[in-house]
Amino acid sequence: MTARPRDLTGRPRDGVAQDTVAQAAASQDRAQPFAALGLTVAEYERIIGLLGRRPTDAELAIYSVMWSEHCSYKSSRKHLRLFAEKAPKTDVLLAGMGQNAGVVDIGHGYAVTFKIESHNHPSFVEPFQGAATGVGGIVRDILAMGARPVAVMDALRFGPADAPDTQRVLPGVVAGISFYGNCLGLPNIGGELAFDPCYAGNPLVNALCVGVLRPADLKLAAATGPGNKVILFGSRTGPDGIGGASVLASASFGGGGGRAGGEGAKRPSVQVGDPFMEKLLVECCLELYRAGVVVGIQDLGAAGVACATTELAAGGGTGMRVSLDAVPLRDSSLGPAEILMSESQERMMAIVTPEDVTRFLGICARWDVQATVIGEVTGTGRLEMTWHGEQVVDIPPGSAADEGPVYDRPMQRPAGQDALAADDPARLPRPAGPGEFRAALLAVLGSPDGADKSWVTEQYDRYVRGDTVLATPHDAGVLRIDERSGLGVALATDGNGRYCQLDPYAGTQLALCEAHRNVAVTGARPLAVTNCLNFGSPEDPAVMWQFAEAVRGLADGCLALGTPVTGGNVSFYNQTGGVAIQPTPVVGVLGVHSDVRRRVRSGFAAAGNSIVLLGATRPEFGGSLWAWALHGQLGGRPPAVNFAAELALAEVMVTAGGRGLLASGHDLSDGGLAVGLAECCLSGSVGATVTLPGDPFTLLFSESAARALVEVRAGAEEDLALLSASAGVPAFVIGTTGAAALQVTGLFEIPLAELAAAWSVPLPALFD
Amino acid sequence: MGRSRIGVVTFPGSLDDHDARRAVRLAGARAVPLWHGDADLQGVDAVILPGGFSYGDYLRCGAIARFAPVMTELIPAARKGLPVLGICNGFQILCEAHLLPGALTRNQRRRFITRDITIRIENTTSAWTRAYRPGQEIGVVLKSGEGAYMADEQTLAALESGGQVLARYAAGNPNGSARDIAGVVSEAGNVAGLMPHPEHAIDALTGPGDDGLGFFTAVLGAGMPA
Repeated sequence: MTARPRDLTGRPRDGVAQDTVAQAAASQDRAQPFAALGLTVAEYERIIGLLGRRPTDAELAIYSVMWSEHCSYKSSRKHLRLFAEKAPKTDVLLAGMGQNAGVVDIGHGYAVTFKIESHNHPSFVEPFQGAATGVGGIVRDILAMGARPVAVMDALRFGPADAPDTQRVLPGVVAGISFYGNCLGLPNIGGELAFDPCYAGNPLVNALCVGVLRPADLKLAAATGPGNKVILFGSRTGPDGIGGASVLASASFGGGGGRAGGEGAKRPSVQVGDPFMEKLLVECCLELYRAGVVVGIQDLGAAGVACATTELAAGGGTGMRVSLDAVPLRDSSLGPAEILMSESQERMMAIVTPEDVTRFLGICARWDVQATVIGEVTGTGRLEMTWHGEQVVDIPPGSAADEGPVYDRPMQRPAGQDALAADDPARLPRPAGPGEFRAALLAVLGSPDGADKSWVTEQYDRYVRGDTVLATPHDAGVLRIDERSGLGVALATDGNGRYCQLDPYAGTQLALCEAHRNVAVTGARPLAVTNCLNFGSPEDPAVMWQFAEAVRGLADGCLALGTPVTGGNVSFYNQTGGVAIQPTPVVGVLGVHSDVRRRVRSGFAAAGNSIVLLGATRPEFGGSLWAWALHGQLGGRPPAVNFAAELALAEVMVTAGGRGLLASGHDLSDGGLAVGLAECCLSGSVGATVTLPGDPFTLLFSESAARALVEVRAGAEEDLALLSASAGVPAFVIGTTGAAALQVTGLFEIPLAELAAAWSVPLPALFD
Repeated sequence: MGRSRIGVVTFPGSLDDHDARRAVRLAGARAVPLWHGDADLQGVDAVILPGGFSYGDYLRCGAIARFAPVMTELIPAARKGLPVLGICNGFQILCEAHLLPGALTRNQRRRFITRDITIRIENTTSAWTRAYRPGQEIGVVLKSGEGAYMADEQTLAALESGGQVLARYAAGNPNGSARDIAGVVSEAGNVAGLMPHPEHAIDALTGPGDDGLGFFTAVLGAGMPA
């Protein structure tokens, strides 16, 4: 005879013998599986202290997910306060950190909300569904703010491009994003893709979504008004994703990794996505908002019903009474703990006045979205839940949502940090003659990090909705928001694990600067920041030091650039065994275009235009793509950060773009001018002849920040020179566009066809 | 006479309905939203079935949409001569509804493809393509996972000889489509199916150009059924 199936709390899965509040009070000594649910002894004792008794199994489920690292930010919270403490003065922020997503006023009666979030762990265990539901989750966050989601982006990191597990993970992740995002009708307008051995077994899948709303339509996650009804709508609740937040996202993988390891056992913790249902849910919510029948709303993501009920009640400063029997189920054997922890996708929870319930349900019916009243708001300040008529939950909602443990984890600068900094790439052999320069450029361009990413981005729909002005491979995604005025936004995400490994403080600031520059290069004025902080285990003092340095760097950088952090996400435990990933903060910057018709494209536009290098180039090779791609070396110092230079460059780009002086513009970063020139030639199919004004190696391969390459419209050369001079931005005329080759005087000439082959062949060769 | 009214059907999971309506407006006509659940064409002069994933592509692309209430009105109207254009998923629905022959199958490389492409207009007498010159090559957007047109040899031969090949992929076959076919048209010339998206090529600001606008201006002058 087989044993009766049991749930994560150890209860038989027969839906009958459940633990009630009365039983909990009467059986204080019963052993509970808190450790298996990811809680420490101290945390379990803290729950007992809060309740004055042991928790019921259902309550234990709530605390275990809400106090998980993923939901409670218990290791990061102390540091994240810096974003508020050092926030630059701004009057454009309508909602900031702590909400589902930050909301920024962009003028003309429009607001924009955007956020980036990780789905790293699920995407390793089950790449397709893990990545797909990552898109679904961030889209619901944006929807919950009262906004129409209008575009997505993805920042991806994988192990070595030719590693067998990358061959499993990358195509699955890309197909999952493609499947979900395309089917949802959201253009994918940009992102990043990079490879490093540290991400083998720890891929990073960070999904960004941006939405548009009228400021007056802003919705908050608050259950206000005792007597109002609590409505759960969308998909039915099933046994998928149970413990996703606590068991999966808040623990590191064991050694061995991959399918061969024990991670298959965690696969049921990965949710399964249905983008068709999400599309219906999006349109249904937008109609509910228009009808004015929503008092408060929250999406169901990590920690499902447990999170939505506790956060709504805590947000409203009220209480809530919920009948768990009313939750529509896909699997009738689920008990209360599992219903609370399930991370089934495509669900939302709304607070609705009793008078509006009928209209609310009618609109849901029109969209074939199942909607069920599961409870009501109370004035008791308690979250109470019943199951089969008995009380199984009775807690103060804030104790789960806001008053979780906060840890001041020990930090220790890693022992090898000085040795790493001392290993200067100056020791590496540099190209000597013209032949070696030519070969070096082709090698950097053809390395997986330098190569054409269209094998990936071609799988994403970038056109749907008809407002995509720029998408990959341009420096930033640009969307039209208002057809009449041309008002629009630009978005870019950046992150460089190599720089951050060398110096997490400077590396994070460089990521911020690059995203800021990418937005400004299109002609948009940078306005606000979001971030996804991907790190190893917070229980490792070296990782915690990296994390604290990164947060401090980002907070200082945002203050210097005048762009506030509006929200973000922390992903810890990205490590296999004792080896953590490189610290990888991914920074997203949002900018505003007053008229998208003035946007600056990347890629040379026509022959005969002057090519100007803006910004100063110093010999800076630490963490460079050249050192990594040609020598497999990572050491030294990352490029210097200079906020004044970044702001000056941005001013030149925004002004020059607005005045129509530029035929094209491109930021310089990974691979320096060498890769920048090649990309401009290739995406425009126009060659260039360039004379380098100094040491060719430094000029071609240094990754000095605060630089851009621009192509000037005929007749505008003097205007640009004057503009750059008055902004204090060094400007060097380095050549002219034209011909079918990239020619660097005295060094080499590479026909565009040869350049194109080196650039476009590597990824299809690996993944087709 | 008022402006032409062109209906754009929204099924659950339609995605490019918004874009199709904008294309209709830019062409100078009025876009009339039609709802899948209403068996009512509201007296429109032509109908567009837009791209997307109607009903989540469950069962088979277009297989469920074909039974929607709006289709019970559309199918007989199309047989009587109402101009109908199915784009991408709309093309799949027209094939499932047997208003057009053949079927759309998974791309050769089994991946979704988004690409700016060139197609050659082969039939310039249909209600939707009369704005183009014979053999004219235009830039449009291909974005599909199941875009490879397939039919048996006999059907393909009949399409060729009857001038029912509407357009072909001009610079390489991106998805394994039979005879490079990008679109086909009914014998009567009023029902057209096209895999690539002309509605994404109506403005150089947001697409590869404005070559696609001709599909929407052409139908304004098309003969309307009584």
